[in-house]
Amino acid sequence: MRRWRYFGYRLAFALPVVFGILVLNFFLIQLAPGDAASVLAGESGAASPEYTAMLREKFGLDRPLLEQFLAYIGNAVQFNLGYSFRNDSPVFELILARLGPTLLLMLTAFGAALTLGTALGVLAAVARNSWRDALISVVTLICYATPVFWLGLMLIVVFSVNLNWLPTSGFENIAEGYEGWERWVDIGRHLIMPGTALGLFYLALYTRVMRASMLEQTGMDYVTTARAKGQTERKIVFGHMLRNAFLPVLTMAGVQAGNLIGGSVVVETVFGWPGLGTLAFNALQSRDLNLLLGIFFISASLVVIINLVVELLTITLDPRIQA
Amino acid sequence: MRAALKRFARNRMAVLGACVIGLVALLTALAPLLYPAGAFTLAGPPLQPPGLRYLLGTDALGRDVAAGVVAGARTSLLIGLSAALSAVLFGSLIGALAGYYRGAVDIVLMRLTEFFQTIPAFLLAMLLVVILSPSVFSVIIAISAVSWPGIARLVRGEFVALGGREFVLASIGLGASGPRIIFRHLLPNCVSAIIAVGSLLVASAILLESGLAFLGLGDPNVMSWGLLISAGRVTLRSAWWVCTFPGIAILLTVLSINLIGDGLNEALNPRLRER
Repeated sequence: MRRWRYFGYRLAFALPVVFGILVLNFFLIQLAPGDAASVLAGESGAASPEYTAMLREKFGLDRPLLEQFLAYIGNAVQFNLGYSFRNDSPVFELILARLGPTLLLMLTAFGAALTLGTALGVLAAVARNSWRDALISVVTLICYATPVFWLGLMLIVVFSVNLNWLPTSGFENIAEGYEGWERWVDIGRHLIMPGTALGLFYLALYTRVMRASMLEQTGMDYVTTARAKGQTERKIVFGHMLRNAFLPVLTMAGVQAGNLIGGSVVVETVFGWPGLGTLAFNALQSRDLNLLLGIFFISASLVVIINLVVELLTITLDPRIQA
Repeated sequence: MRAALKRFARNRMAVLGACVIGLVALLTALAPLLYPAGAFTLAGPPLQPPGLRYLLGTDALGRDVAAGVVAGARTSLLIGLSAALSAVLFGSLIGALAGYYRGAVDIVLMRLTEFFQTIPAFLLAMLLVVILSPSVFSVIIAISAVSWPGIARLVRGEFVALGGREFVLASIGLGASGPRIIFRHLLPNCVSAIIAVGSLLVASAILLESGLAFLGLGDPNVMSWGLLISAGRVTLRSAWWVCTFPGIAILLTVLSINLIGDGLNEALNPRLRER
């Protein structure tokens, strides 16, 4: 039961983080040159001082900062993240519509990188200093240094332009009118390249951490005990060490969740994947600050949720954790 | 120090990385001689494939890709080094304050650090550049604003570990002031750890910078690798070379810096055996 108290403690820490993001957002709005009223007035073409002043009053921008801040928090709690004038739609609705594809892309890349990275890490650690270990180190070092957007473009050159195996961009081939399973297969084909581009960096990262973590376990007493009992190497590695060695990787993965979202912005831009990243890129092009801040808030909240899920997994895997 | 240098020199991969970075620095220094016209000027017909006349080909506007790659090296090194340096300075300060004073200061600063570690770094960097409007300076600010937490946690950890050691207690007993103990006694003892982690920050800063420039958030008047790649995207189907070579430049630079960082880590912190 004390484990759940620990989880409750983590949960209690998550809420101030979400509040902190709102504070940071408000601070960034204040930092931006000009306020919403001057932007709007400029956009409508008639930027007379009276009109701007009227807008300012209408949006409460002439009130004291504290009052504006409270209003901002109050709105955000009700998922009112403002209005995107460029898209003529509330920010929250825009984000909600794009959340699905981003989650699909992120979770696919994350899941694949975690599974494969763990496997490769174990393989490298078991065959330490062999040619397999060396090969895995070289490949991870290279993946670790490759910019995701460039990798995406190179994948397009090879697999779409030259080999013509995979579609270059988009989420699905709507013109074909696929339904049911065929539709999912089609989406899967569109997902392969963005997923690879996004996941490869994390694959390298998890492989490195897993290898180090496995090697750290080899000297532990429980491994010696298991060996002394005459257990097979296979059983020692998979039955005993794997679970212990996996914990640091999982913790690392939780910490890295925020970067995964950043990478997804760039990858989505390359592949025209209709998610939050493409939305963010368009908002960037039109300098739609309201929308950008909304995306930032929702992504950061998403990271907090992912962290909590990782925490939950860690508690399940490691019964020693207590408050 | 000499022993550390020797250990570094024995690490072949790290030396290789240092050679590549040396070459990149040399190219940067020689850029005015190699390409006196600069990276933005038209050098010849558009979309020429790589060859003898245009070593890495030309882009859709007829600019020499090789000139762009050389000019981009300067931008990447400049931004990578300055952003990493300011992140190291700021992170060390936060970590030092938290680790030395402990108590409430520690809790507040570490919560702040964890907060900055949780939020999506790239998105925050994007927002900062948009708000401060794209320039070399704002990119440096944005990258250091998202890169400092790791250093802060490292320095705090070192300070906490060193806090109870005799030489610190002796200085306190001699009546040394807080800043004196922090800057004269504690920080010098963390330098090797800071250098090892800080050098890896240069690599991640260069990756961040290229990503920002690719999204159009670089300084529009300064040539960079990310900018080259984003410009070459349009002609990806017909002219692969425009995107490919700047990317290889990023890859090699970041890889080399990572190798140097690993080498430094082994050379400066020999007690932490490479696992």
